[in-house]
Amino acid sequence: MKKLILIAALALVPALASAEEAGMLKADVNLNNTASLQRGAKYFATYCMGCHSAQYVRYNRVGQDLGLSDAQLEAYLMPAGAKPSDTMESAMPAADSEKWFGRTPPDLSLEARSRGSDWIYTYLKSFYVDPKSGTGANNLALPNAAMPNVLWELQGLQKPVYKSAGGAEGGAQVFDHFEQVTQGKLSPEQFDQVAMDLTNFLSYAAEPVQLERVSLGLKVIGFLIVFFLFAFLLKREIWKDVH
Amino acid sequence: MAKITNEDNDRDLIDVTGGWLYGLRDWIDERFPMTEFWEKHVSQYYAPKNFNFWYFFGSIALLMLANQIITGIFLAMNYKPDANEAFASVEYIMRDVNWGWLIRYMHSVGASMFFLVVYLHMFRGVMYGSYKKPRELLWIFGALIYVTLMAEAFMGYLLPWGQMSYWGAQVIISLFGAIPGIGEGLSQWIRGDFNISDITLNRFFALHVVAVPLVLIGLVVFHLIALHEVGSNNPDGVEIKQKKDSNGIPLDGIPFHPYYTMKDVVGVTVFAAIFAAIVFFAPAMGGLFLEPANFEPANALKTPDDIHPLWYFGPFYAILRSIPDKLTGVVTMGGAIVMLFLLPWIDKNPVKSLRYRGMLYRRMVIVFGITFAILGYIGMQLATPFWAQVGQRMAELYFLFFLVSWLYSRERSRNFMVAVFVVVMGLITVLDIIGWDPKEQELKLYSWLIPGLYSAVFILLPAFFPRLNRAEAVPERVTH
Repeated sequence: MKKLILIAALALVPALASAEEAGMLKADVNLNNTASLQRGAKYFATYCMGCHSAQYVRYNRVGQDLGLSDAQLEAYLMPAGAKPSDTMESAMPAADSEKWFGRTPPDLSLEARSRGSDWIYTYLKSFYVDPKSGTGANNLALPNAAMPNVLWELQGLQKPVYKSAGGAEGGAQVFDHFEQVTQGKLSPEQFDQVAMDLTNFLSYAAEPVQLERVSLGLKVIGFLIVFFLFAFLLKREIWKDVH
Repeated sequence: MAKITNEDNDRDLIDVTGGWLYGLRDWIDERFPMTEFWEKHVSQYYAPKNFNFWYFFGSIALLMLANQIITGIFLAMNYKPDANEAFASVEYIMRDVNWGWLIRYMHSVGASMFFLVVYLHMFRGVMYGSYKKPRELLWIFGALIYVTLMAEAFMGYLLPWGQMSYWGAQVIISLFGAIPGIGEGLSQWIRGDFNISDITLNRFFALHVVAVPLVLIGLVVFHLIALHEVGSNNPDGVEIKQKKDSNGIPLDGIPFHPYYTMKDVVGVTVFAAIFAAIVFFAPAMGGLFLEPANFEPANALKTPDDIHPLWYFGPFYAILRSIPDKLTGVVTMGGAIVMLFLLPWIDKNPVKSLRYRGMLYRRMVIVFGITFAILGYIGMQLATPFWAQVGQRMAELYFLFFLVSWLYSRERSRNFMVAVFVVVMGLITVLDIIGWDPKEQELKLYSWLIPGLYSAVFILLPAFFPRLNRAEAVPERVTH
């Protein structure tokens, strides 16, 4: 019978191990890295919030979790006129953005939970020059994305280099690597860090309670282990006379 | 240690309280059968002393019901059943309500764990023949609880108003549309609209928090009353009520309290640790308990790439999808659930526990468990031709389990067994020819071996080697 439980448990495994999808870069999310989260929050406010909201994320919660004072929040994150108890709303009216981009830029509060942090990291690094696109940019992770390449100044421009699948001539073309077209303000390593910081922040924003729940969980399970010992001994005592 | 008796307890009570608590008990007992109830259902309810690991899941299921109701009440205090606000109100609970995240995760993880526990509980019943006389009605109440639980979970899953909530409900409700004649009208009546909408959300909320829980609690009470009327089965399938001492107490029975209450505390503690590990470390369970697509608000204009229900509906969803024709698929899926209800009258073998059934039956029950798990896995995969075909074969094994259970009810002649084998495989072959697809012929031919091998082992083999299926002698008293 124990075999059955094992089999049932094994049946759950494939679903858990599906994060590693084809062509996706691995984001090294670390929510304990407060400095990275702080930088990510600042980049988010600077580069993303022009168009995107994070309508469920409150400034003062971010401040509390990331160790930022109200003054720091005002200096680095909040647009003029916002209160610390407000959520991160983009100033761009939805009607305008729909007119300009064809659709309202999606809210990013839960992006890390719906698409995953690996996807966000990959997306941020996959913009390339595409003269056919209205914005002059396209994205390998989200073909024909309506979003312009807002980080181009930092990253510089890049274009994809393709190779034949399986090495054979005339085979299907698959993506091989990116080639730098113009240099950006940052080195590739520095830009990777920016993409990582943003990914880190969005992972935090998708579920601010993550760190708290893990530390609470350890305490709860610790209690249950101790409780188990007493319960087990008492059970053995009570059952002594059953033969 | 000296055995503690009731008199000792009473004396302690008098010493500590000066007797007034004792008096209060008597005062209540004269007006309400409090002590009588406690004794009948707990302290003098005699359960077999040989319960094993599998007997934890009944009380854990009850615990999960309590968990769902309590966390559900607190969720309902902050949730808004409104298509424009539902999604945001769930995020409000997750971020701004004190301990809201914990309550929500306990509820969402609780739903999945409730099903896991119920599946293990049901499998226990299958293994030890707990559905057999005199426990048929007990089993029927259990099956009704399971069906009610499916309705409860299905409606609850719409409430977060995410993409998968919306489209999952859209797909499942459209199944009613397959019923000839009344189908379209019926699914419209359920939705209250032409599509899933605010109206649907509102009524599902009402049903999820009031109507279905009431039915569920009622059925659980009936389930327990029926259990206490006939007494618990046990891993040996021995009726302990047949051997009683001079006081009318079963020789192999022990009072539920303190023995099993205490044992259940130990089991519950282990379960709680597993539960807590999921709630605190992996509440989404890698997308299994909370699906990624459900973190995107419902959008009627954007169909997700893959729509599938949560894992606990997987086995039946796989059976549904294994048949291309919608109506036949719905009927087959319904039939898979009806089989559960009919089980007491399908398997009429007098030996209850698989411990003393034939060797082949014991293997077949294990294969049934594996079949169900594989169906669950298939239910979560994309509906590729490969998975559809494997799903079809697994669905065949699912139904074959019931057929062979009926076949094993008593000794059958060799000719009869061979005839059943020929009919079964003939029928499966005919079904294959009806559903023939030249593109998939290789897959179809090879996978034909799955039911082929199954029938050969479980139908043909015992026809020629009856001893493989001969029951062992059931002991007079329970063993350990």
